[in-house]
Amino acid sequence: MLEVKNLVCGYNNKFVLKDINFELKNKEILGIIGPNGSGKTTLLRAISKIIKPQTGQIIFEGKSLKKTGLNELAKKMAVVTQFSESYFNMTAEEIVQLGRTPYHSKLQFLETKQDEEIVEQAMLLTETFNLRNRPILELSGGERQLVFIARAIVQQPKLLVLDEPTAHLDIAHQIRILDLTKKLNTNLGLTVMMVLHDLNLASEYCDRIMLLNNGNMHKIGIPSDVLTYQIIEEVYKTVVVVEKNPISKKPYIILVSNVGRIGNPV
Amino acid sequence: MNKKLFRWSIQILILAGVLFAVSIFSLCVGSSGIPLKKIFWTIFEGRGSTEYSIIFDIRLPRIILGFAVGGSLSLAGVILQGLFRNPLVEPYTLGISGGAALGVCLNIVLGIYHTSILSLPVSGFAGAILVVLLVYFLTLKKGILKIQGLLLTGVMLSFISSSLIMFIMAVSQTEDLHGIIFWIMGSLEEPNMLLIKITVFLSVFGLFGTYLFCHDLNAFALGEEEASHLGVDTEKTKKALFILSSLLTGIAVSVAGVIGFVGLVIPHFVRMFIASDHRILIIASFLTGGAFLILCDTLARTVIAPIELPVGVITGIIGGMMFIYFLNKRK
Repeated sequence: MLEVKNLVCGYNNKFVLKDINFELKNKEILGIIGPNGSGKTTLLRAISKIIKPQTGQIIFEGKSLKKTGLNELAKKMAVVTQFSESYFNMTAEEIVQLGRTPYHSKLQFLETKQDEEIVEQAMLLTETFNLRNRPILELSGGERQLVFIARAIVQQPKLLVLDEPTAHLDIAHQIRILDLTKKLNTNLGLTVMMVLHDLNLASEYCDRIMLLNNGNMHKIGIPSDVLTYQIIEEVYKTVVVVEKNPISKKPYIILVSNVGRIGNPV
Repeated sequence: MNKKLFRWSIQILILAGVLFAVSIFSLCVGSSGIPLKKIFWTIFEGRGSTEYSIIFDIRLPRIILGFAVGGSLSLAGVILQGLFRNPLVEPYTLGISGGAALGVCLNIVLGIYHTSILSLPVSGFAGAILVVLLVYFLTLKKGILKIQGLLLTGVMLSFISSSLIMFIMAVSQTEDLHGIIFWIMGSLEEPNMLLIKITVFLSVFGLFGTYLFCHDLNAFALGEEEASHLGVDTEKTKKALFILSSLLTGIAVSVAGVIGFVGLVIPHFVRMFIASDHRILIIASFLTGGAFLILCDTLARTVIAPIELPVGVITGIIGGMMFIYFLNKRK
C-alpha cells in the first residue's frame, strides 16, 4: 500500500524526520505514537504530499508519490487533520459534499445523483445524517470530527489518514470515533494510519504501532512489542506500569505520578 | 429538475429583478425627474427630445458603469475572502486598490491620459498587478504562500501607496489636483463610452473566469492544506485568482476611483442571506454589488441636489452602518 524508504524531511533545512523506513500493509491499522515534537504530524504531511521529502522515497500504491498528481492522490488517500475546520459557516452536508471535489471535472457544476447518494451513505454511516442541515460551527467537537470523517469517506479512499482524531473529545466520543474507524477498516477494507496521543487507545485499536522519537523511528511492531515499560520509560522519560487489559488482553499502560511515589517525598 | 439548481435559479431571478427595479428607479429620478410612464414613451418616440438624451446619454451609461464597477468590486471581494478565508478582506486590505490608485494618479499627473484615454485602465491594472506581484514575491518562501504574511505586507503596501498619492498631490499643480481629488473620492461619471464598454467586458470576463475556480474556492474554505488534500492545486489556483482579482480591481479603480466597502459588505451579506457556496455566491454577489452601487450612485446624485456627492461617501456610510448593525444583530 505505502512504502517509505530513507525518508528525510523538515522545514527550512531543519530536519524533523531523519531516515524513516517502513511499509504500510494493505488493510491494517497503523498507529503513530511519540512525544510532542517527535515528528508525527510531519510524517503525515510528507505522506499526503504537503511537504516534499529532502531525500528518500515514498511509494504509494506502487507509484512514486512525486509522480502522483494531487487530484489522483485525493481519490486514493483521505486526510483528516487536527485543524480541520471551516472558516465560513457551512452546513455539515456542504462540508461532506466537498469530499467529492476530486471527482468533479472543471466544467461540472452540480453534484451528480451518484455524488448525492455517496454523501448520504457516508453521513448515515457516521451517524451524522440528522445533523446535515446544521451549521458546522454549532456542532460539538465530537460531532464535527464525525462530519470530517464522513467527508473523508466520500473521497472513497483506500488509505485513511487521521491526525489525532480523538483530541479534546470526551471518552464516549473517543470510543465512537475509533469504533467507527475500526468499522471502516473491517467493513470497507480501508487501510488506516493515525496519530494518537493516548497509548491505551493506540494499543486497543491498532494492528501495529510505530513509535517516533526525535524524528527517528524508535520501534515498529504489534502493540505488545512496542508498548513495554522499558521502551516507554526510555522514550517518554516517564515512569509507567504496563498491565494487560482484562478484556482485550492488549497492553494497558498505567501512569505513575512522580510525586508521592515510594522513596519520593511529597 | 435538481432542487439546488431550482433554488439557485429562483435566487438569481429575484436578484436580477431587484437589479432591474433599481436601474429603472435610477433612470427616473434626478435633477429633472422623469415619470416611469414618460420613460416608455420617450424610448418609443426615439431620438430628439431632451428626456431621450438625459436617459441615454447621461443616466443609462452611469447605470451600466455602476453595474460593472459594483459587480467587479464585489467579485474581487469574494475571490480575496475565499482565498484568505477571512470575511474582512477585500481589495483595499491587500493594497491592490491602493496600487491601482497610485498608477492612475501618476498617469494623471504625468498627463499620459492626454495621448490615449485607454492608458487609464492600463495604468490602474499595472498598479494593481505590481502590488500583487510585490506581495507575492515578498512572501513567497519555499514555494508556499503564507496567508498571514501576505495580508500584513498588503496592508503596509496600501499605506505606502496612499502616502505616495499624498506626496504626488502635494507637489502637483492645482488643475491636476482637482482632477485627482474628484477621481479619488469615487464617481461614476464617465463621459468616455469606450471606457464603459471595456469595463463591462472585463467585469463579465472576470465573472466567467472566476466560475472556473468555484469548486476550488469552496475547498479553500476548509484551509489551504485541506484544499490540497482534496486535490486542488493551491499554488496555481492562487496565482490565477490573484491575477483575476487585480484585473477587476484595476479596471474598477481606474474608471470610478476609490469606492470602498462594496467588496467587503456585499459578499458578507450574500453569505449571510443566500449561501457560502461559491457556485451561487459568485453570481449573487456580482448582481447584488451592481444593484447596490447603482442605488448608492442614485442617492449621491439626488440627496443634496444640485450638488453631487462622491459615491464613495455614500457606500462608506451605508455600507459601514449596515455592516455594524447586522454584525451585532447576529450575535
